[in-house]
Amino acid sequence: MQVYVCVKHVPDTAASIKVEGEAGYSEGVKYVLNPYDEYAVEEAVRVVKEQGGEVIAVCVGKASALATVRSALAVGVDRAILVKIDEQLPDACVVAQALARAIEKDGQADLVFAGRQSVDSEGMQTHYRLASALGLPVVSDVVAFSLKDGGAQVERECGGGAREVIEVSLPCVIGANKGLNEPRYPKLPDVLKAKKKPVEQIDIASLGIEKPESGCRLTKLSAVPDRGQATMLSGGVREMVEELVRILEQDEKVL
Amino acid sequence: MAKIGVWIEMGQDGVKEANLGVLTAAAGHEVYALVCSGDAEGCREVCGKYGAAKVVALAAESGALWDSPDLAARALAAAANEFDLQVVTGLGSLNGRDLLARTAAILDAPLLQDCTAVDFTAGTVEKSHFSGKTVARFECRAPLWLCSLRPNAVEPQESPVEAEVVSYTAPVSGSGGVKVLEVRRDSSGVMELTEATIIITGGRPMDSAENFQLLHECAAELGAAVGASRAAVDAGFAPHSMQVGQTGKTVSPRLYIACGLSGSVQHFAGMKTSKVIVAINTDKDAPIFGKCNYGIVGDLFEVVPVLTEVLRERA
Ligand SMILES: Cc1cc2nc3c(=O)[nH]c(=O)nc-3n(C[C@H](O)[C@H](O)[C@H](O)COP(=O)(O)OP(=O)(O)OC[C@H]3O[C@@H](n4cnc5c(N)ncnc54)[C@H](O)[C@@H]3O)c2cc1C
Repeated sequence: MQVYVCVKHVPDTAASIKVEGEAGYSEGVKYVLNPYDEYAVEEAVRVVKEQGGEVIAVCVGKASALATVRSALAVGVDRAILVKIDEQLPDACVVAQALARAIEKDGQADLVFAGRQSVDSEGMQTHYRLASALGLPVVSDVVAFSLKDGGAQVERECGGGAREVIEVSLPCVIGANKGLNEPRYPKLPDVLKAKKKPVEQIDIASLGIEKPESGCRLTKLSAVPDRGQATMLSGGVREMVEELVRILEQDEKVL
Repeated sequence: MAKIGVWIEMGQDGVKEANLGVLTAAAGHEVYALVCSGDAEGCREVCGKYGAAKVVALAAESGALWDSPDLAARALAAAANEFDLQVVTGLGSLNGRDLLARTAAILDAPLLQDCTAVDFTAGTVEKSHFSGKTVARFECRAPLWLCSLRPNAVEPQESPVEAEVVSYTAPVSGSGGVKVLEVRRDSSGVMELTEATIIITGGRPMDSAENFQLLHECAAELGAAVGASRAAVDAGFAPHSMQVGQTGKTVSPRLYIACGLSGSVQHFAGMKTSKVIVAINTDKDAPIFGKCNYGIVGDLFEVVPVLTEVLRERA
């Protein structure tokens, strides 16, 4: 099977984000593979291990995203394509077109995995647009995946602890959620080997993107400060709790 | 005035409460409530009360919309064209975000998910970037755009209009390769975390699944849903559907009570926009006390039962 997995290079979830200019941020932070993409990579690697074939990671990002691409190569991905773009927070419509063109140029996808959302722009849509561009069905928030009768059977979280069991035809695009699997940690020899795996680097301009903007523009990014030191309650347990309930009821009016 | 389509999510017993905030955000415009479940008449009264003059009974030429999210999205996209909508919006629940993403892809129109504020007149929205560490403001200039709203982002407010039901059968059929075989519901009938207005959460010191009963008892008095930290979920004390945070649910209740949580960045990523945050922790130096509204230094196993008791006495 030819399995593609989309990966994104994002600031570490523990990093503090410093806004720069109107709608940019300082890149002097640690970057990681988008946490949800870890589940996507693991599932792609698992499927190919069972079915045979090849796993190809596709990333749209700045040149520095090569580090994240390498980290995917270190956990079982065979080779990668990095589509280079200059923007910090590119439009999902553009990214989806770039991913689609890069995949089409490379080969015939039997399966495409991606994370359900990225933790930087939290767009929650790139994989849907990618599926649409490739003319494939898509299911997201997937917590269980298996190949069955020439198609795939998946489970997706749909709220209130409920799960939908969905039959999807192949090829298809899958948006991975936490719970799908246990991502493996790279071992040192694999990290070294990953440095020798092929990475094709292309410029987004060479892909002939038809629609370079979506019509929605990020105009301002503002930091949200933490709320600061709490008002600490004092006294015995009963006293503290009674005071808390009074505050929540009468001052805050949230009870 | 814009023509706005509001997708209506149905719950076990009719229109979900959480839709009302979305209708409120759109009220004052020409609002079309879009109902995929078959029972548009049953939605008429409540949709009208919150400002929707048209309630559209949406159907496909063949096939039931709830059997395939792909079919439902094609029907929504067709409705957007049929009624000349400028905006399609809806609740940013898991199903809402799924449906709107599908619809946006079909319409090749821009979409902003999980918005925390929206102004349909100005065409601007606000949403989180970097897990609540920053707010991003967007300007939408496309002739048709979509957005989903984070549950509890807008306080519901009545603005009654006379509502009529219109039927629209979209020229779509077939599952598009995506077929829902079954919906497995949790037997406990848990309240959906993201839509709850009060949440009480347990962290690593909960120590077992059984101990979560303590929180459920308190939740019953509060009318709250129960959440868990990743540490508690990964230790097997609670299912992932209860996890709040970076790799769990994003919630925005009016009251969030954190019991035995250290206050990690990744947990706060999922609950930072709560109106009031209360922490209960044995360690007076726990980082959580540096970023919440009210703190109690104490053992959750002592404090929570007393809280339950005090709430019960008050009722
Ligand atoms: C990529 C990534 C994604 C993540 N996603 C999430 C996520 O979605 N959600 C999430 O929650 N975490 C997430 N984490 C994990 C996060 O970093 C923390 O490890 C986790 O939130 C800690 O959980 P906790 O607060 O329950 O436990 P701890 O950090 O262990 O804190 C327990 C606290 O309880 C206090 N305590 C101990 N006993 C008691 C008692 N009897 N009564 C009262 N207080 C007591 C302690 O003083 C301590 O402060 C993620 C991490 C990464 C790297």
